[in-house]
Amino acid sequence: MQEAMINKAKQLLADGTVNRVIGWKKGEFVYDITPAIFETAEELDADFVYNEFTAANVSKYLVKESKKEGKILAFLKPCDTYSLNQLTKEHRVNRDNIYVVGIPGGPKLDAEKIKAKGITGITGIKNENYTLKIETVYGEQTMPFYEAISDKCASCKSKKHVTYDELIGEDGDVLESNRFDMVEKLENMTAQERYDFWRAELSKCIRCNACRNVCPACTCEKCVFDNPESGVENKAASNSFEENMFHIIRAFHVAGRCTDCGECSRVCPQNIPLHLLNRKFIKDINSLYGEYQAGEDTTTKAPLNAYTTDDCEASIVHERGVE
Amino acid sequence: MNANDTLIPHIGVVTDIRIDTPDVKTFRVNAINADGTVGGKVFEHMPGQCAMLSIPGVGEAMFSITSSPTNKEFMEFSIKKCGCLTNWLHAMDVGQQITIRGPYGNAFPVETELKGKDLLFIAGGIGLAPLRSVINYVRDNRANYGDVQIVYGSRSMDDLVDYKEIIDEWMTDDGIEVNLTIDREQEGWDGHVGFVPNYVKELNPSLNKTVLICGPPIMIKFTLNGLKELGFTETQVYTTMELRMKCGVGKCGRCNIGNKYVCKDGPVFRFDELGELPDEY
Amino acid sequence: MLRIAIDKIDSLFDAIAEKQTLYIPVDREDGAAEYKKYESGMKMSNSLNTLRSAKDFFFPQTENLVEFKMEGKQIEVKDIREESEDFVIFGVRACDARSFSILDKVYLVDPVDSFYKNRRDHGVVVSMACTRPAETCFCSAFGIDPTAPEGDVSCWNDGSYIYFEANTEKGKAFVDSISSLLEDGDASSLENVKAETKRILSLLPLSNLSTDSFGGDKLNEYFNSEKWAELSESCIGCGTCTFVCPTCQCYDIKDFNTGNGIKRFRCWDSCMYSDFTKMAHGNPRISQLERFRQRFMHKLVYFPANNNGEFGCVGCGRCLSKCPISMNIVKVMKALEVK
Repeated sequence: MQEAMINKAKQLLADGTVNRVIGWKKGEFVYDITPAIFETAEELDADFVYNEFTAANVSKYLVKESKKEGKILAFLKPCDTYSLNQLTKEHRVNRDNIYVVGIPGGPKLDAEKIKAKGITGITGIKNENYTLKIETVYGEQTMPFYEAISDKCASCKSKKHVTYDELIGEDGDVLESNRFDMVEKLENMTAQERYDFWRAELSKCIRCNACRNVCPACTCEKCVFDNPESGVENKAASNSFEENMFHIIRAFHVAGRCTDCGECSRVCPQNIPLHLLNRKFIKDINSLYGEYQAGEDTTTKAPLNAYTTDDCEASIVHERGVE
Repeated sequence: MNANDTLIPHIGVVTDIRIDTPDVKTFRVNAINADGTVGGKVFEHMPGQCAMLSIPGVGEAMFSITSSPTNKEFMEFSIKKCGCLTNWLHAMDVGQQITIRGPYGNAFPVETELKGKDLLFIAGGIGLAPLRSVINYVRDNRANYGDVQIVYGSRSMDDLVDYKEIIDEWMTDDGIEVNLTIDREQEGWDGHVGFVPNYVKELNPSLNKTVLICGPPIMIKFTLNGLKELGFTETQVYTTMELRMKCGVGKCGRCNIGNKYVCKDGPVFRFDELGELPDEY
Repeated sequence: MLRIAIDKIDSLFDAIAEKQTLYIPVDREDGAAEYKKYESGMKMSNSLNTLRSAKDFFFPQTENLVEFKMEGKQIEVKDIREESEDFVIFGVRACDARSFSILDKVYLVDPVDSFYKNRRDHGVVVSMACTRPAETCFCSAFGIDPTAPEGDVSCWNDGSYIYFEANTEKGKAFVDSISSLLEDGDASSLENVKAETKRILSLLPLSNLSTDSFGGDKLNEYFNSEKWAELSESCIGCGTCTFVCPTCQCYDIKDFNTGNGIKRFRCWDSCMYSDFTKMAHGNPRISQLERFRQRFMHKLVYFPANNNGEFGCVGCGRCLSKCPISMNIVKVMKALEVK
């Protein structure tokens, strides 16, 4: 796949369709891959990589990149195309300046899951028939492939590209996913259990803002939490309820716009399952306003942005919250 | 835990507020003495040094001390209204207590390199505030310094800070030449009109002078270029810098230019020292 | 050398915790290790290192500095500082142990930060030599020997025993206080353990990383490097690297109105944040390039310029593991390096 992508990129650069490419650049190890812009065939040959660890969603970079001179080639996985569509719908990107080549997605692997097995000193990772053979300075280790799958891919919602100019490989389908299982589990908890769950998780937060900054739905030029004039700016992480509210408020802000790309949880240095907050909103919107997938297209009005006389009454939401 | 910590401030009392310009006020600050009386200074300083002033709950920021250390009665701060804290300070009345900590940073080298020299002060707008401390220090130790020339400009006549002191005191002193300028013609003004950098070039000051500049960054930049054209070297020009500060003691990590912290290694720099640092200010 | 059998370590922890607060690294449910206040029954983590660094003990993410009571035009300053309790941090790795001496160079130089010093004076650092370094480790590049960690007390683990050696007066007092639980024993097995760790260190992918071309004399050369644009282009401007870093020490000071007075607190801040240097009338670092550059220039050039060549990095590798886009100091050093 990597070779096909490099060839495609070279071709599109050479024929002038695009003047640069956003993709992934290899790192020091097998898994530390950085989103990067490539401008020449030489750069592509030297550093372009696409493998099990290229999990990063590059859509958000297109907010900035699509405003620059010339067209940019973006290699997008199915889930990334939902983010781009949503950004297009919100007029955050100039879609005309982006040439999307759809590529098959995951499952991507999460190096942290490999390390959590106690495997360390990693110098190479190979997938042989869904067994990972991991070269380490302590000798070869193995583990089942599926145990290293990143959380975002473990509950993949779709293998379908919802926007592209061209595809490499076959397009897939929207999947029956298990993504609401954990939400249901949380819903079935008592209020106290649920409170305890979220307090334990959110109190780990170090206020690094990685979740917000990586989120393709968080594209405000100036976030209220960074603006001293807003009165809610705060860098302190003091484990008070107010600090935890940051995540809840952010989930509210992206409700109806979050495509469930899973980047928030992927980047959280404290492994907080932030995506569960967003999924709760998605699940609620689905049940209260009818099935809706943000980013599925660029035209449908989101349920929370459109009033219809069939809308559920606010009181229904309120009553549901009563134990 | 008896040790003092510089982050824990003292209390000062605002005992006089002078309206200098439409957006600049000068605040006189006194200490509260052990017996409860108000008077004297919260701490001593040297010309060019700064203090952190704060209204708890509103904010804390660094201001240069505009009064001269030779003033034993009180400290003064000339403050331009430009943000949350300064708006609050401008709205307060005499008798208000504020918190104050310092002094921070280095000073103009009044007791070393500037001694015996002819001095040229160049200020723009509120940039006079830190230089006023030096000017009055020099006036009070007149025998230690040569000729003094002050070039001061502002947007308008009404925007000249310390106008009364300039007219009544500085201009009447022997051996002090004061050249005022405003940006645009104005009724009631028969003095020079024009920007500071051009005025300095017109005045063509003699090259043996040591120069102290403070003002808006753009004024400093053009004035320095002008001085260089006249033949001045960077080693004879001093300025004072301002960057975002929180601690005042070189620890919070934000006011650095290269490896120098403005709050601790500055705010006073000689231009040749600044020239060696990365261009990030 | 004084030692204790590993299967008796719980009784040692119990004995220490009886007298003072003890923190040990323990495994969380998600597999990451973190320092926890020891309670009987807790098991020490076998991981190489904790997710968050140990700097929290001396420089917590948020701490109250002073309180004010406002009444009319009057302000009352309330010094809320209290003598810290004595505490022991057990199992600090060599990188984090060195980070304390770097933080000391900021917080213990004149004017001394009394909040930091208070904790430093009351904390006993018991370090633990590494036996299973990871691919992300590069402490050796900064002259740190993970088989001989700094700290008030250094410890080694040979698989059967943990050995203790006091390095400071405070460390001696600590070892004396637990000596009834320790035995004098042969420590020759440690030589093999150290030799094996050193062999592994030489095999690590970053074992050849060199700091030779960095230092205080490269101020403008690196500041003006054209590489910053490419290095910083995908930085998302979060504070992850700063907050997991054991040597990042920048802070913000803020006031909080409790409704019953004002609490002034300080909290970690990040030079990666857009408002870090923002003033009422402008910002000297308006782009992420400038903010990104600041962080690495600080560690590789500015800090050594002010501290006799010592770098502001200990090679713990946390930023390598945690950066959302996998950009880090190693990649910066390799790209920037001018020989």
